[in-house]
Amino acid sequence: MILEDYGDIIHRCFRCGYYKFTKDYSVVNCPSYNKFRMETYSPGGRMWLIRAMMQGEIKSTQNLAKILHTCTMCGNCVEECRFKFNEDIMDIITAGRIKLVEDGITPPTVRDFFKNIYTNGNPWKEPQRERGGWAKGTEMPLYSKGDEYLYYVGCIGSYDPRVQKMARAFGDVLLEAGVSFGILGQEEHCDGNEVYRMGEDGLFRYLAEKSIELFKGKGIKKIITLSPHAYNIMHNEYPNLGGEFEVLHYTQFLDKLISDKRFLIPEGPDINVTYHDPCFLGRWNKIYDEPRRVLSAIPGVNLLEMDNNRENAICCGGGGGNFYTDLIGSGDNSPSRIRARQAYATGADVLAVACPTCMTMFEDAIKAEDLDDKLILKDISEIIIDAYKLSKE
Amino acid sequence: MPNRQDVYSSLIGMVGEEFVSNRPEELYLYSCDSSANPPRRVDYVVMPKEVEEVQAIVRLANDKKIPIVPMGAGLNLEALTLPVHGGIVMDMKRMDRILEVNEVDRYALIEAGVSQGALISYLADNHPGLQHSVPDAPPSATIAGSALICGYGHLSTNYGTHSEMINGLEVVLASGDVCKVGSSFISPYWFGRGTLPDLTGLFIGWFGTTGIITKLAIRLYPKPKVRDMVIYMMKDPSLLPDAIYKITHTQMAEDVSIIGQERPEWMKGYQIISVYISGSLDAELTLKRQILKSLFKNTHVEDKITFIEGPAPELKDEFLELPFFATKVADWKKGGGFEYAGAIMGLDKVARAWEQGMGIAHRHDMLYSYAIRIVDGGHHVLFTYSYPFNRADKDSMQKALDALSETQALALDIGAIPWKPELAGQKQVIEKMDPTTFNLLTEIKKTLDPNGIMNPGNWEASQDDS
Amino acid sequence: MITKDQVYNSIKEIVGDDFVSYSPEELYIYSRDPGASVPRMADYVVMPKTTDDVLRIVGLANTHSIPIVPISGGLTLSGLAIPVRGGIVMDMRRMDRILEVNERSRYVIIEPGVSQGKLLSYLDKNYPQLRHSMPDAPPAASVVGNALIYGSGHLSKHGAHSEMINGLEVVLATGKVCKLGSCSVSPDWFGRGPLPDITSLFINWFATTGIVTKLSLKLYPRHSKRDMLMFVLQDPDTIPDIVSKITATDMMEDVLMVASKPPKAGSVISLLTLYITADSEEELVFKQDLFKDMFADYGKEGSKLIYTPKEMLPPKLIRGFMEEPQYVAATADFKKGGGFEYVGVAMPLSMAPKAWKKGVEIARKHGFDPLYTLRNIGYGHSIILAFAYPFNRADEDSIVKSRDALADTNEMALEIGGTPWKSELDGQEKIIEKMDPITYSIMARIKGLLDPNGIMNPGNWGMG
Repeated sequence: MILEDYGDIIHRCFRCGYYKFTKDYSVVNCPSYNKFRMETYSPGGRMWLIRAMMQGEIKSTQNLAKILHTCTMCGNCVEECRFKFNEDIMDIITAGRIKLVEDGITPPTVRDFFKNIYTNGNPWKEPQRERGGWAKGTEMPLYSKGDEYLYYVGCIGSYDPRVQKMARAFGDVLLEAGVSFGILGQEEHCDGNEVYRMGEDGLFRYLAEKSIELFKGKGIKKIITLSPHAYNIMHNEYPNLGGEFEVLHYTQFLDKLISDKRFLIPEGPDINVTYHDPCFLGRWNKIYDEPRRVLSAIPGVNLLEMDNNRENAICCGGGGGNFYTDLIGSGDNSPSRIRARQAYATGADVLAVACPTCMTMFEDAIKAEDLDDKLILKDISEIIIDAYKLSKE
Repeated sequence: MPNRQDVYSSLIGMVGEEFVSNRPEELYLYSCDSSANPPRRVDYVVMPKEVEEVQAIVRLANDKKIPIVPMGAGLNLEALTLPVHGGIVMDMKRMDRILEVNEVDRYALIEAGVSQGALISYLADNHPGLQHSVPDAPPSATIAGSALICGYGHLSTNYGTHSEMINGLEVVLASGDVCKVGSSFISPYWFGRGTLPDLTGLFIGWFGTTGIITKLAIRLYPKPKVRDMVIYMMKDPSLLPDAIYKITHTQMAEDVSIIGQERPEWMKGYQIISVYISGSLDAELTLKRQILKSLFKNTHVEDKITFIEGPAPELKDEFLELPFFATKVADWKKGGGFEYAGAIMGLDKVARAWEQGMGIAHRHDMLYSYAIRIVDGGHHVLFTYSYPFNRADKDSMQKALDALSETQALALDIGAIPWKPELAGQKQVIEKMDPTTFNLLTEIKKTLDPNGIMNPGNWEASQDDS
Repeated sequence: MITKDQVYNSIKEIVGDDFVSYSPEELYIYSRDPGASVPRMADYVVMPKTTDDVLRIVGLANTHSIPIVPISGGLTLSGLAIPVRGGIVMDMRRMDRILEVNERSRYVIIEPGVSQGKLLSYLDKNYPQLRHSMPDAPPAASVVGNALIYGSGHLSKHGAHSEMINGLEVVLATGKVCKLGSCSVSPDWFGRGPLPDITSLFINWFATTGIVTKLSLKLYPRHSKRDMLMFVLQDPDTIPDIVSKITATDMMEDVLMVASKPPKAGSVISLLTLYITADSEEELVFKQDLFKDMFADYGKEGSKLIYTPKEMLPPKLIRGFMEEPQYVAATADFKKGGGFEYVGVAMPLSMAPKAWKKGVEIARKHGFDPLYTLRNIGYGHSIILAFAYPFNRADEDSIVKSRDALADTNEMALEIGGTPWKSELDGQEKIIEKMDPITYSIMARIKGLLDPNGIMNPGNWGMG
């Protein structure tokens, strides 16, 4: 993506402000605009600044980089913009970031993100050999030729202690259901979705090509991803680099298992659950129903919807690398805290997520909102595994 | 010249570092709007949250003689929120609370930064029996902005200009003092301008040159349970005044608008009158539809005005949406921009405004595109001429500005008043104004703003730039 | 120092000796109004004919710091046209031309001496499709005067009459004439804007900022049929809900409530008259049925709104309510005394029950039977509730009782969050006490700008 490709589109942004809202205007739904409030931090502001940069009216500065990188790529603006070029907004902002990377201007935490992924394969500079550590003590098999599915976990699932539990939970479901699958463990590479969207085009290609080569080499045809981010990049971009695979997000797979009756969920505890739609599953890929079907299929679960759900869900704030770079920062107008409050307001006991990024963001937000003992954070697989544990007692 | 670092530090002390900027990116964005007007220098952007912060900032500005310009969404498209002489742009949108909705007395008390969308949604959720008048602008436009520039909306045919719907204001004056005008200055209720010496007008239509509004009480209206529209089509603009007069005589319409466009091809030459009707019962709609249907029967224009029951079913939602998506004009030149001139005129002038407007559009290589709203039962009419342009084409922007200027001259020529004019338009208005009146206007501004810090440059006579 | 005779002669040069006076008879009449105010002496009475006359007289007054007070109908009953500090009373009633009716844009331009009756009759004859909103005042009341003090009337669903002002021609104290509203830029007087609003600086200011010499007023469609539905109101607590319901439709023209104890009645009766208009029988019947159905099952026992068919009402009563304007001056003779004054209070609809009940207490305290009217302004946006205290002009005690009751009512109005309407001096003082001092300081600054020598109706609004 280069900015010049959008030369006949960028100036068409009217900065009308539809992008700020949900469909019914009840809430301001742009995560960065909510936090920073200056017009520069809104989608229209970024479009105009990118154009100004192209015309030489403003220079590439660290401040401009901060403005561009605080966009979490949540896609609310794409959803709400009333004009025909709405589809291109995310790509234009990505192209703007690419230009800044080329100019050597990135916020320090963004630069570290890229560097660490390049050198260590993950943002935290954790050793590559520890990448499979999350599966230690489980029966998760390593992928071998002939296995039907690759279970792809991703960086956060591999290294973040809380999300490792999520990774294990889904793995347990796969084991329980007798699915033919394997994991890559320490051979797994970063999928590159964030890198792609943060503007390091070269690094993304490097990562994607590495993964594609690895998958092909192992004869992998079908992939189940823990993260919607991985789903997004593998399903939508890998084919452009020669990587044609059948990719499913784990909630889609669960939905299939349940509808194919390959997997029965025993009666679980009676709980009120509210579900948060992750951006890369929901708005980006229009997958809204499958996670809900899965939750509704769990006996005991009473599903409560937040006022702003599906295409109106507010982003957790972790996208665009913000789960690491923390450019949006905290404070009670940070998107994850806003969403935690919305979840709590439904009266639910459990906030169900389907994305590792959402999970890390909400873990901090729930603490910050003092909701630790009032709102329990779980991913969908964990709720299923809880039901299993209960039935075995 | 006040020391910039001093000013910047003082502002930070008032609102916190996150909500002040003198960085190039903010200054760039706040120096331009979506109109064809060229950018203007901004020195600081600041976003207060509380009235006390607004007061402190204004005191600083008054003390150091720094211009200050309040801004809502900045969608007036006439550069009214771009400072003429640099200074501080005060983005009001952190002051976004809906403070009170008084359901029995039908008003809402809101802060100046509340958006149209926020109020639409809040009323829909909490007071579904009430609505406010929604302008044909994006939902991000502010309620206060629209009301203070004498805006119009979907209830204006019935209830008048949005400024007439203001029950009261809280204002921060140039001195930094805060006061209330309207009934609220002696009553806890904001039920009307009241029976007291009216001061509210001092802040309406003045473009922020007399004070900064921090709160506003706006009238709400009953929300009908059913709403529909009927259409009339005709091919002769000279018939418009009489037709509208007859339609408005019935007092059955909620909103009457007329459009005239050259594209799509079939629309060329037509005047399309849409009449929205509403009520609490379907039977009311039936009655109204019937009255409107037979309105021109057995009159000498019976054959010239065609009645249509409503838009095609697939277009109905689009037409009944609130706000109506008028912003789409911005992409007609695939250019992200449009200018429009609004002219307020008596109903009797509409035919002339139509005919002469066509000439202006064509002279500037444009197609004419009109949207007309009947206001206050036909007491006057908002006639808008739209000029879309391509932001990437400077030539096209200049053409739009030229067409705009000619349109404003036409408006004044036929006895209309340009609505929310940009600087050049203001000067045209002032030239035509009764000089005693303009003198009084200037004196009032000086009385309320002795140091000339309130959005200076607006409503001023031509003078050499110095 | 100019003498009285010199002033008289200067004015005579402007208007001729038929139209200026300082003889005791004129001064007597112009020092009092039909309300309960204590008389205040005028020094001269003058009747200009043209704006130019007004300009020259004001110029003279400004030069010699002589107060000047315009009067037209003189029926505010709160003494607003009686000078506080003496000076010139300027009777505007020779300036009685209806200058223009713009039919398409539905407005009329009139001079300040045009009476309600004259305009009503003119429109009836020449523009039968148009009418103006008439207050329930005698036909001799002034259209301009009423509009400038937030009057209200039959079409006040469109707002108070001040909201119907499109523009003004004003003579300023500084001896200049200016036009305000669209007329300042256009030959058309169709609206106040969109321009920086200056018109409001002459509304409710009681001529302390300038003298209006022309006014453009909005006109409204006159429909071919007009009818009324009468209901008996049982419980004042139901007033907000009832008015809210009625005004939630756009099918009514006017809602007026009257509470009184007619001479032969044993107790207070509260009536609600709902006016409807239509251009066809079908439309009229639809509206009649709509409102009858609306209240057929309304309310619990004791809190109902009881529809009273016309056949059950005395014809005289119906005629009285259907008349335009209504003959409210009849109140003046309730005490067989030729006088009454009332406090009108603008207030939110929600305050009506409280105000109503407190009004009853005040009336009884001062020995009056409750007597009030309530009119809807806008769409339930506010009301004017007026409490009347008739008196016998021949009985000083009776006048004092009225004044006391009026004073109490003003206080009550402010306590409940209302704003007294066209207040006499006592009421104005109470209002000023309650005013936000910063706002009052703006008022003072505006007054200082527009009337540097303090000649415009000084003594009102605590200024001059």
